[in-house]
Amino acid sequence: MSQRVEITLRVNGERVSRSVEPRRHLIDFLRLDLGLTGSHAGCEHGVCGACTVRVDDEIVRGCLVLAASLDGAEVTTIEGLTESGEVADLQAAFVARNAAQCGFCTPGMVMAAADILRHHQDADRTAIREHLSGNYCRCTGYQAIVDAVAETLESRR
Amino acid sequence: MKWPAFAYVRASTLDEVWRLQAQHGEGARVLAGGQTLLATLAFRLSEPDVLVDITRIAALRGISVQGGRLRIGALTRHAELGRDPLVAQHAKLLAEAVPFIAHPAIRNRGTIGGSLAYADPAAELPSCVVALDATLVLVSARGERRVATRDFFTGLLQTALEPGELIAAIEVPLPDASRRSAIVEVARRSGDYAMAGLAVALSLDTGMRVSAPRLVYFGVGNGPVSAARAAAALEGRALGAESIAAAQAALAGDLDPPADLHGPPAMKLHLARVLTARALQRFLPATEIAA
Repeated sequence: MSQRVEITLRVNGERVSRSVEPRRHLIDFLRLDLGLTGSHAGCEHGVCGACTVRVDDEIVRGCLVLAASLDGAEVTTIEGLTESGEVADLQAAFVARNAAQCGFCTPGMVMAAADILRHHQDADRTAIREHLSGNYCRCTGYQAIVDAVAETLESRR
Repeated sequence: MKWPAFAYVRASTLDEVWRLQAQHGEGARVLAGGQTLLATLAFRLSEPDVLVDITRIAALRGISVQGGRLRIGALTRHAELGRDPLVAQHAKLLAEAVPFIAHPAIRNRGTIGGSLAYADPAAELPSCVVALDATLVLVSARGERRVATRDFFTGLLQTALEPGELIAAIEVPLPDASRRSAIVEVARRSGDYAMAGLAVALSLDTGMRVSAPRLVYFGVGNGPVSAARAAAALEGRALGAESIAAAQAALAGDLDPPADLHGPPAMKLHLARVLTARALQRFLPATEIAA
């Protein structure tokens, strides 16, 4: 009673067809089936935000989405975001500000921060913190992360 | 941990849902936004045989004004609720609740129907729909029925939903111009469930006299808690320092908060009183608050 499901979707612009187990969440699908290991599986119950990816233009918790439900979807991961150059300046700001410490939360942080850059260009530091509040950094390097996002927003204005 | 094994079927009509329910009985669970259900699967709190994905069922979507009511499809996601012009116009309380609900990535998937069906006692939307005197449209293979939200929440994580029944829509009566509303809460971190919260709706005439107040608290009981005594302390009186203090005092007879990880009952009652003043003061003219 757990037949595999056939799905066809676009991942970072490339068409992908796979047969998946229903219990496969999006992050395991990306990491284990497609080898895209930039997205991280942290808590796997929707709390930490390390698995933040974009589905159909909106950020989601990858661990709270069934791969089987994504037939026809458009998925963008940190790899796709990097290749497109969409957040090259944000990534440079993360490096310059030392906003990545152990680096585990960083892909999810960048995905959530990219959402601010796209949809909330007028965000101040409070709004940045609010938007990133669902992404945990256990090194607790939040100041540098908020600095990097604020600096990128400022330089794009 | 990883989810248990289950089957997955996407239903495109309600009839398909009823058919799958008949086939699998209680082993079938409906999947909407999945932001609660999928987390409970990770904890193995729930091990369904088959998840029936209802997210593409048109009958459960959409926001419209029909017959003097705002109808909000159960599949409306929190993020949609927060930006919909009809919601902003007719049920602003719901839009104002959205920033308190979890985080952006979760608000992009979680649905109002799912939030109401789970009936978490610390969730915002159950108290909001009670404060707005909304009605729920419930559907099942047996047909459709309407249940007032004040009768819907029956206990800790318990609702009036019967086996096989699901929420199709939320119907909110259109408010007149005198109606005001507010939501306030205290949480340890942004996006956490509230330690205590309040959704309030009331009418104010030109003399600031209160009528039909509804004060509905969350995070302080087994579900949304309507404060009848606090409401009675406000009814017919001019809104101001005295009537607000009377409502705060009356709360002791309305709330019986359980102790939880955050603190003892007395602290919760204190928070509820503080929130009561914060919410009601918003309706006062700016000069009166300063004084």
